[in-house]
Parts: sequence; C-alpha cells; structure tokens
Amino acid sequence: MLDLLKPPILAFQEFFLLAGRTFRNLFRKPHYLDDITIQMDVIGVGSLPIVMLTGFFAGAVMALQMSRALNQYGATDQVGQIVSITLAREMGPVLTALLVAGRNASGMASELGSMKVTEQIDAMRALGTDPVQKLVKPRLVATAIVLPLLTIIADFVGMFGGWVVACPMLNLTTSSQYWSMAWRSLEYNDIAQGLLKPFVFAIVIALVGCFYGLRTTGGTQGVGLATTKAVVVASVWVFVLTFFIGKFFVSL
Amino acid sequence: MRGDRGEPILRFEDVSVYFDEQPALDSVSFALWPGSSCVILGAAGSGKTVLLKTAIGLIKPDRGRVWLFGRDITAITESELVDLRSRVGILFQEGGLFDSLTIEENVAYPLLNQRAPRCPRDEVRARVEAALARVELEHTLEKYPSELSGGMRRRVGIARANVTEPPLVLYDSPTAGLDPITAHTIMTLILKERDINKTTTVIVTHRYQDGYLLANFRYNPASNRIEPVGADGRQPTSDTKFLVMREGRLVFEGSQAELEASPDAYVKKFVKPLRNW
Repeated sequence: MLDLLKPPILAFQEFFLLAGRTFRNLFRKPHYLDDITIQMDVIGVGSLPIVMLTGFFAGAVMALQMSRALNQYGATDQVGQIVSITLAREMGPVLTALLVAGRNASGMASELGSMKVTEQIDAMRALGTDPVQKLVKPRLVATAIVLPLLTIIADFVGMFGGWVVACPMLNLTTSSQYWSMAWRSLEYNDIAQGLLKPFVFAIVIALVGCFYGLRTTGGTQGVGLATTKAVVVASVWVFVLTFFIGKFFVSL
Repeated sequence: MRGDRGEPILRFEDVSVYFDEQPALDSVSFALWPGSSCVILGAAGSGKTVLLKTAIGLIKPDRGRVWLFGRDITAITESELVDLRSRVGILFQEGGLFDSLTIEENVAYPLLNQRAPRCPRDEVRARVEAALARVELEHTLEKYPSELSGGMRRRVGIARANVTEPPLVLYDSPTAGLDPITAHTIMTLILKERDINKTTTVIVTHRYQDGYLLANFRYNPASNRIEPVGADGRQPTSDTKFLVMREGRLVFEGSQAELEASPDAYVKKFVKPLRNW
C-alpha cells in the first residue's frame, strides 16, 4: 500500500520543488525575453484560431440549449445574461485552458522530454545555463500572460456565437436587448474570477507540461508517455481548480 | 612539489558515485593544475563519463568532495554552480548539440545565454565565425546538426566548447566511433584549441594514441599543423598526466613514461607501442 503511494507523493514533491525554483528565478537575471516572446507567439497566436472557434460554438450551444428552458418560463429575453455569465465565469476560462493544455502542455512536455532523453538538457546545464531559467521560466511567463488574453477573446467570441443563435437564428430576443443584458449582468465578481482562473490555470499548465518533460526517461516511448501524462494531469487540475476558485468567489 | 603552481583547477577527493547501489565512481582522488593536460583512459563503462559529469556538478557525488576553480562544488547552490560551469567548456560524447538550433545558434548559445554575457550582441556573429573557422566549418552556419556528418558535429561541439575561451575544457570521447583520419583531425583541432587559448585540457578516451598526441605534440600556428614537442629545439611545453580507470576506480595516475612502464596488465592493454607517429 505504502509502495503504491510513494511515487505519486514523490512526484508531487518534485513538482513543488520545480515550481519553487521557477518562482525563485522569476525576478532573477537573465530573463531570456526573446524566448518569452517566441513562446507567447507559439502559445497565444498559435492557439487563437482554435480558441475562437471553440468559444464561438460554446456560446452558440449555450444559447441553443437554454432557449428551450427559457421558453418554458417565457424568459427568452434573458438569454444574453445566461450566455455572458456562464462564459465569463466558467466556460471561457475552462475551455480555453483545456485547449491550451491539450495544445501546449503536450508541446512543452514533448519538446523538453525529447531534449531530456537526447541529453540536451544536460548540455544546457554544462554550458553554464539553468534549464529552469532558459526553458521553464519563459514558458510559464508566456502562458500566464497569454491565457487570460485568450480567455477574454474566447468570452467575447462566445457571446457573439450566442447572439448568432439567439437573434438571427431563433429570434429569442432583440439584438440590443441581448447585448445590454450580456453587458449589464456581468459584475466585478464575475470578471475577477473570469480572469483569475486563466491566470492560475496558466501556471498549472506550464509547470505541469515542463515538469513531465524534464523528468522524462526511457527514450522515445518515454516522451510519448510524458506528453500524455502532462495533458491528462493538466486537464484534471483545471477542473479541480475551477471548482475551488469558483467556491471561493461564490462564498464572497 | 606542485607548490609553485598555486591551487588545482580541478580536484577530486575520495569521490564516490553510486547508481542503484553499484559504484560508478569508487573513491577517486586526483588533482589537475592550470595549464596542464590530462588524459583519462579506460574501457567502456569504467566511469570516465561519470567522472567528467561529476567534475562539473551534473552528477552529485554520494561521497567525497570536488573542487572546481578552488570552490567545493558539493557545497554550493545550483545557481552558483551554473556560473561556475560557464567557465568550463565541454564536448559531449555525441556532441550534445541542440538539434532544433542551427550551427550558428548552437555555437552562439554559450555567448548569448550565460548569466554574465561574455560579449556584446553585435560581436557574437564574429566570435561564432572565428570559432567555427578554427574547426574549419565556417561554411555551415545556417545548417542544422542533423545535416552534418558525425565528425563535423564533433567539430561543432569543439567550437562551442571553446567559443567563450574557458580556462578549462573537457572532452568526452572526442574520437569515439570515428575513422582514424577523422579522429586524427579531431585531435589536431583539440591540440589547436589547447595551444591557442592555453587551456587546461581533459580528454576522456579509450585510444592511447589520442593521449600520446596530447602529451607529445603541439600546434604550430605558422604551419597550421601539429608537430612533436621540442621539434624546433625549444623546451617541451606539454605537461600531460595520464589516469587509467577500471570499474569506477582509478588504477593508475602518472606521466607517460610511468604509464608505459606500468606492470599492471589492465594498464598495459591500453598502452600499445606507437612507432609510426
């Protein structure tokens, strides 16, 4: 029993050691700004199309499914409110984070994992550079900057998707009412958790991706395994954390 | 007897490293002074690479201490170690090049990425070109490591190890798996880097002729060739120490003459008479 528990607890400890080292290095030179920019391009610009597409359909589906329920209560004019609140609080951050986890946590794990198994990480250390600073820090900083921005875009495109279903398609409400409902129903509380969540998710996604990449062993097969683990663990943590952050804001 | 040379550049004191209870290094002690050369001979799996990795702190010893540039690297933080390593050049067994960077970016890597940048950004290109010219690969700047042959990759590795002009350079099996002609070229380049930059040079190898070259030849900038030490009547400058490793233990330490006179059967196997040089 104890032997079963040992590896996950050890991994957890190593994860926090890596996180600690990364945060300690956050304000320490060198900052490798070029690498941060490249990573922001890879993660942010690279994820933009898929994030927009997913956001659009998330909003559209939301409006579609809610249309029946709202019809029963004769409250179809509320559709803008429902779409915008669910998107800003929950759907936007979580869906965007899941996409970025799938795209970039896997990318980080496989890139760093390949470098690990071909001893390029050792070469990096031997050449007088710290892999945590050179590889982990730029990925963490870039994700933390870019994920909230992606979430904002996803939220907006999602509201647009909701509008397409609610107004031109199903005539649930007028355009002006849809947008004013969507806009006025958002409180600071919603915006705050809607932006805090992607920021926290970003830290988890980047660190989990890099963590599994850096502890890769066992050649090409190991790289595949590390990639899978990174995506699964990052995605699960997104769901766990969204619950706890949500709980905190609900009790405010 | 070494008192006049100051403190050693690298010193091992009773160092042991274990992999899964198996000793990879077993109570290894030796010292290396600035300006000297060191040849580490040994069969595959005798702990040569582990010794080099331990020397720069890539592997932490389980017992004993390692001093690099006079600092005990078993007692300092990873961050301090990173800075200390930037004063050491290293060539990995397989070259250790970054396969997603071009040759130019690979050689520029230590210049651009070490914490204390050694040279302004606009001089990097010139330094990289000079380093690659020394290994006669100045035409490969835009290529990727996968487009080069094994010997060429090894030469890029040598250029990268020396681009910051570090006082200590470690070569891990620079000639392993190469044909004799390419191996000789690689050794010539290593001698060239050693004699141009006056670096302390450590090479790990299983070929005695590599050590023989290091101990008895030097680079002549005038002819761009290597020649026997003392050929022009000057005093021999080469100061080369030989170490022989066997199953993680140091079984021999001494000069070339002592090595050739050693009665040990294992040591003898490495020392073949070389009459054709």
